Amino acid sequence: MKTQRTGKRKAPVINHTHALHLLHGMSRIRRLEEKCAELYSATKIRGFLHLYDGEEAVAVGVLEALTGEDAVVATYREHAHALIRMGSAGTILAEMYGKQEGCSRGRGGSMHLFDEKTRFYGGNAIVAGGLPIAVGLALADKMLQRPRVTSCFFGDGAVAEGEFHESLNLASLWQLPVLFVCENNLYAMGTALKYTQAVEDLASKAASYAVDTAAVDGMDVLAVENAAKKATEAIRTSGKPFFLECRTYRFRAHSMYDPDLYRSKAEIEEWKKRCPIATFKQKMIDQGILSDSDIDTIDRDVAREIDEAVAFAEACTWEPLEDLTRFVHSERRMS
Amino acid sequence: MTNGDSGMRTLTYRDAVREGIREAIQKNERVFLMGEDVGRYGGCFAVSKGLLEEFGPDRIRDTPLSESGFVGAGIGAALGGMRPIVEIMTVNFSLLAADQIINTAAVYLYMSGGQFNVPIVIRMATGGGRQLAAQHSRSLEGWYAHIPGIKIVSPATIEDARGMLWTALQDPDPVLIFENSGLYNMEGTLTTDAGAVDIDTARVCRAGKDITIITYSASLIKSLEAAEILAQQGIETEVIDLRTLRPLDDKTFLTSIAKTHRALIVDEGCRSGSISAEISARIMENVFYDLDAPVERLCSLEVPMPYAKHFEEAVLPQTDKIVSLVQKMVGADG
Repeated sequence: MKTQRTGKRKAPVINHTHALHLLHGMSRIRRLEEKCAELYSATKIRGFLHLYDGEEAVAVGVLEALTGEDAVVATYREHAHALIRMGSAGTILAEMYGKQEGCSRGRGGSMHLFDEKTRFYGGNAIVAGGLPIAVGLALADKMLQRPRVTSCFFGDGAVAEGEFHESLNLASLWQLPVLFVCENNLYAMGTALKYTQAVEDLASKAASYAVDTAAVDGMDVLAVENAAKKATEAIRTSGKPFFLECRTYRFRAHSMYDPDLYRSKAEIEEWKKRCPIATFKQKMIDQGILSDSDIDTIDRDVAREIDEAVAFAEACTWEPLEDLTRFVHSERRMS
Repeated sequence: MTNGDSGMRTLTYRDAVREGIREAIQKNERVFLMGEDVGRYGGCFAVSKGLLEEFGPDRIRDTPLSESGFVGAGIGAALGGMRPIVEIMTVNFSLLAADQIINTAAVYLYMSGGQFNVPIVIRMATGGGRQLAAQHSRSLEGWYAHIPGIKIVSPATIEDARGMLWTALQDPDPVLIFENSGLYNMEGTLTTDAGAVDIDTARVCRAGKDITIITYSASLIKSLEAAEILAQQGIETEVIDLRTLRPLDDKTFLTSIAKTHRALIVDEGCRSGSISAEISARIMENVFYDLDAPVERLCSLEVPMPYAKHFEEAVLPQTDKIVSLVQKMVGADG
């Protein structure tokens, strides 16, 4: 086993198209989350709402390393992963509106976005509950000899759960192709890592199960993409799991209910200087890869996309009450 | 073994469960068994003895003591197209996997808007009566039956022990099979061509006109013994094996009560908030005016299970208690 530290490496040179693509992805996420916050205040969206602002480089960078055949298992802070994976902001927003055209037919809401077509397995809102599922998906792939990777996103809080340790052990013991992605934003809801972990180096815990690990600057999309590609290549070659820790930060409170009293404004402002979108834009302009007009175009496109998604969600419909009990059980028998 | 020309053979409940597993693995290449000690040890109740040698370690998969981890992995494997049979050693340890059973398996189809069904079968031993005290004697099948999205079955016969598994594996949704550990040594007969059985209906095991006993699992055996004793006293007891606790087949017991006008529920679970309470409520809701006497329940006493034999026997429903309760209910207690 080995732990790589890829965050300090020189960013790889990228071309114009790819820079546009990465910036577009991160900008879509930011715009969607801003719109969600607005719609929550307007009471269009209810329930718990956990936003991803600040962590965009992680979802964009990691998902860049997956193919369409691979699977994604995510958490309750999963709008970003769903958006990048599924492509459409419309069905995601419709879900948050509780409409039947939503990606979970209005039965899941913000925390339970699902999509069979893109192998997007939620939207799992019990902390660490998704890890064993990812292990099982990979077990099925191994038993059926399908060369696929299952990616599993979770926060630093999940590392304290037994299911984290059980899952890392199982994946290593059975040599299963799982990419464990720890989105370490330093807080398990409102309690800092240092108050909950005797050992704060999270990668070392995975390494203790003989899993290869890497820790990366989660505010740098190129570093994340690079690390995730190396990790998935390693998984595809060896068939074994890999643990990737992405060190990141959420700019907003844990959820819309959180008054955010447990961290200082100065700390938040300090991290905002490392905004993955602003720093990437600056870097691309400095390197002459993107122009101001490229960025304006992206911002305009993204604003239009999200506005159209809101209009779509508004126009969607409520499922009739007679259908309330549909899907407690399957409507089709097994083949 | 086969008994002459009758096409019948004698085997234990344990053998029947093992045959069900073996047949399922033979019939469907996607079926596999996993759990603690299922392989090299042969199963904590010797249910899977010999299967590792027959099918190899991929399909008879030993797991670490990680109930939540391997039940969750079973759910993931089911989502990935496999048909896992996950064995949890006993219901007591299933509590370590309750999150995966209740918060994942039971809800995935619904909260994904019908996209992701979970065709997993989870088997576990349940029940008391072996002096294993408070942490190894629970009967929580009725408690699991509270949860929408899972099916709860409880085989009490050799035929069901063998036949329910295949039907459960054909189900697109999670099925939990509760095998009372006191039944594993029970012997019975099975036709040589016995196959799958339904898991949707209750069964009238003994017909009678004076009272209906509604029960399941190990309490069925005690209820049938009681019915035999009562028959010698001229009391004809109808005995119903629920077989499936969720969804509950009310039609069978409501029809019976409309005929007998009396109902006793025998349930190894504790009384408060139990499946017996649910059945009693449904009787009141549906056939109240058919009743000639209040519904009675014989459940486990509400204490953590004690170790001492005389204490444990007093906690559990027993044949003599069933007999005296029925006598009282039909007014034959002198």
